[in-house]
Amino acid sequence: MQYQPKIEPLFSTLGWIGLITFALLTLIVVPSLYLAVPDGSSFHISSYTVTLIGKIMCYCIVAVAMNLIWGYAGILSLGQGLFFALGGYCFGMYLMRQIGRDGQYQSLLPDFMVFLDWKEYPLHWMGTESFLWAIILVLLVPGVLAFVFGYFAFRSRIKGVYFSIITQALTFAFMLLFFRNETGFGGNNGFTDFKRILGYSITDPTMRAALFGLSAFFLLLVLVLSRVLIKSKFGRILTAVRDSESRLMFCGYDPIRYKLFIWTLSAVICGVAGALYVPQVGIINPSEMSPANSIEIAVWVAVGGRGTIVGPIIGAASVNGAKSFFTQAFPEYWLFFLGLLFIFVTLCLPFGIVGLINKLKRKFTKSGIES
Amino acid sequence: MFKNKRNALLFILSCFTLVFPIVGKALDRTDISGLASETAMERLRAIEEIAAIGDADALRLLENLQKSEVMVTDAGQIVLENEDWDVIDAITLEVLDPQPDMYDTVIVNNRMRSQLERAVGVLQLLSEDREIRLTSAKSLQDNLSPSLLSILNKALAQETDQEIIKILKESQSVILLDAADAQQRIDAVNYLNSSNERRIRELLAAKLEKNELGVYQEDSAEVRVAIESAVASIDRKLTFIDYFGRLFSGLSLGSILLLAAMGLAITYGLLGVINLAHGEMLMIGAYATYVTQQLFVAYLPNHFDFYVLAAIPMAFLCSAIIGVILERTVIRWLYGRPLETLLATWGISLFLIQLVRQIFGAQNVEVSNPNWLSGGVELWNVVMPFNRIAIIVFAVLVLVGIWLVISQTRLGLFIRSVTQNRSMAACVGVNTAKVDMLAFGLGSGIAGLAGVALSQIGNVGPDLGQAYIIDSFMVVVLGGVGQLAGTVYAALGLGAFSKLIEPGVGAVLTKIIILVFIIAVIQKRPQGLFALKGRFVED
Repeated sequence: MQYQPKIEPLFSTLGWIGLITFALLTLIVVPSLYLAVPDGSSFHISSYTVTLIGKIMCYCIVAVAMNLIWGYAGILSLGQGLFFALGGYCFGMYLMRQIGRDGQYQSLLPDFMVFLDWKEYPLHWMGTESFLWAIILVLLVPGVLAFVFGYFAFRSRIKGVYFSIITQALTFAFMLLFFRNETGFGGNNGFTDFKRILGYSITDPTMRAALFGLSAFFLLLVLVLSRVLIKSKFGRILTAVRDSESRLMFCGYDPIRYKLFIWTLSAVICGVAGALYVPQVGIINPSEMSPANSIEIAVWVAVGGRGTIVGPIIGAASVNGAKSFFTQAFPEYWLFFLGLLFIFVTLCLPFGIVGLINKLKRKFTKSGIES
Repeated sequence: MFKNKRNALLFILSCFTLVFPIVGKALDRTDISGLASETAMERLRAIEEIAAIGDADALRLLENLQKSEVMVTDAGQIVLENEDWDVIDAITLEVLDPQPDMYDTVIVNNRMRSQLERAVGVLQLLSEDREIRLTSAKSLQDNLSPSLLSILNKALAQETDQEIIKILKESQSVILLDAADAQQRIDAVNYLNSSNERRIRELLAAKLEKNELGVYQEDSAEVRVAIESAVASIDRKLTFIDYFGRLFSGLSLGSILLLAAMGLAITYGLLGVINLAHGEMLMIGAYATYVTQQLFVAYLPNHFDFYVLAAIPMAFLCSAIIGVILERTVIRWLYGRPLETLLATWGISLFLIQLVRQIFGAQNVEVSNPNWLSGGVELWNVVMPFNRIAIIVFAVLVLVGIWLVISQTRLGLFIRSVTQNRSMAACVGVNTAKVDMLAFGLGSGIAGLAGVALSQIGNVGPDLGQAYIIDSFMVVVLGGVGQLAGTVYAALGLGAFSKLIEPGVGAVLTKIIILVFIIAVIQKRPQGLFALKGRFVED
């Protein structure tokens, strides 16, 4: 008899309530408090806060993508930061084109190209003045890179720490590549001084609110999408890859296809997050690709609880909130804190905050909920 | 055959001086009277004449001129001042009597100044001091002209130092490339044949080119044949030297990678965990070297040269102890969870970096080479610094040491058995937890030794380890674990390979090519090049 998975609701009641509250807050309440409430009012939300929350939501998207690949498929990728930055760079090219002649040198070319004495756009900038093409690039570049790299890596059954190390080396190599001026992405300084998107000023409050709302919408979308994936048969195979890949192969499955799909999907999501991130923070440079950033992404997920649905979001938000606080209050202790956090979470909280909450709940109610 | 009239004129002039050497003719009034002239051209000519006389007096006078000490009286006499502000004759150095009322400094304009510099440089070829002669001979190499031929001949006649003779002969031959006599030119080319310098090669190759009228720079076909063979011979030597230099830097990089990766290969092979804090063990070793250095400066300044030797056990112990502490407190709790270990060790590395920053400051600290490690030997124009050679030797010694520990001691036996089959080893009574701890200490200690080596060639700062961690992992991934040989081949191979292709494609592309290469190798051999053979099941 064929195995029929028990049909479960996509989210529990509590989950739905949470989702809808989040949607209401981010799509209606925050934008209207930001746009409609005047500056002096105590209900007003400043541009700084909106940008900060928008930024953290982009990180949350990355964390959800990381959770898909690490939490469910058990593949620790240290290349998510690379895909994030690549997405950012792809959209950044469009943003640079939109500056037009408003740059320092009043040239159609970006300032750094004028500075390098280039006369025209290099080939890989072709078509980036089109918004649509930029969006396609945002999806395509991380996707294709992940697909090709993943194909060769998974085909030769590189897994576990080997895969982590290889992806870290890939990230490192790309960072070096982007640091070079000849690569055509502004070298050290990367892209900055953006002026407008689709002709609208990027510093305009409405634009900020729109980007904020878009990030929130996309975060919700990714959350629901990952939930749908995980609840499907595909998701069950993924967890089987994580728990015992050899047994899965003996059952006649080809894990490569599943791994490749989820790894590519995760890369594309990271790319989109990067594209949303860049216009909000107004800068992208190669240090975003540093291997340290990619490892930090893993720790967001670990802190929140990998393999859980809200864990990565809790993790990304709390770690980045702590980072904002620490780097302002005691900058020299941030690395101590982060280092200890890595050690503490892996030693004491193997299932993160969500795991801890579940454990406490079980202790008190003797039943607990499935995360 | 001369490019312009001036060269021809100078050549003829120098031919005369060649035929009628003026050695013996002392400096006299008439030679220097031109210095008193109002016109700069006259003064220039006077300098030339003084230089041509070329004895010690001439050199002194030219140096006086350079320092603007030479003066001219109303009567047109060239004079100097002595320490008592008395006016003295520029040649005889006798105090004038009566002292002239009016005298004025000889004006030295820019053109004269450069001519003076040149003339003084030439005359220094005849100096008593070997060092001055050598510097002068070397500086002349860059601006040779036919007018120098006479002085070169003169210098060669009295020179005894082989190194200087070689330089002078080469310069002489370069000048004679423009000689009127074809045989002289061929002789010059044949002499230059033995050179291994790019400069000479370019010079010779230029003779083979045609000018805008389609005429060869060198008109004699016979000489051209000689030049062609000389260029080819120099090219062969240059290629050899080039590859020799690359090989040396490859070997140097390879031995550094080997030192950095050996400890990693042991811990990864044994425990199956990636220790991202391994780079920080290097850093701790380097800082231990720094501390040893400071202790020597403070307490044993007379034995400063030996601080490096004392730093070796220091660094080993510091890193090993910290490694053992980490293993006991963090890593042992994570066995069986390699991915979490990776994150935890990254956390440790952040913590250690920040700790070192707090203690020693964020700036690089200065670790100086002891005397016996500074300098280097030159072999075929490739300078091989002593510190790099020492690191290669050190890497070999460390390798032999590890090999002895692994293959000859009881601990080594246990490490090998646990690496091959942990549960079986445990069954026959090996205390695997203890072996893990000691092996982790050993691996970290070796990293500390690598830190000593790194401190001798580069900056010592809190971020030191970060630069090496990815490269050493690539070595381990490529070489496979379980056999020391894999690490050795992979380290030396990667070092040599990257230095061989680096001059052609640049450092960044080299890294990318190596990454692609490693991925390609892994396609064929997923466990690395030198994995242990055997049947084992992955879970």
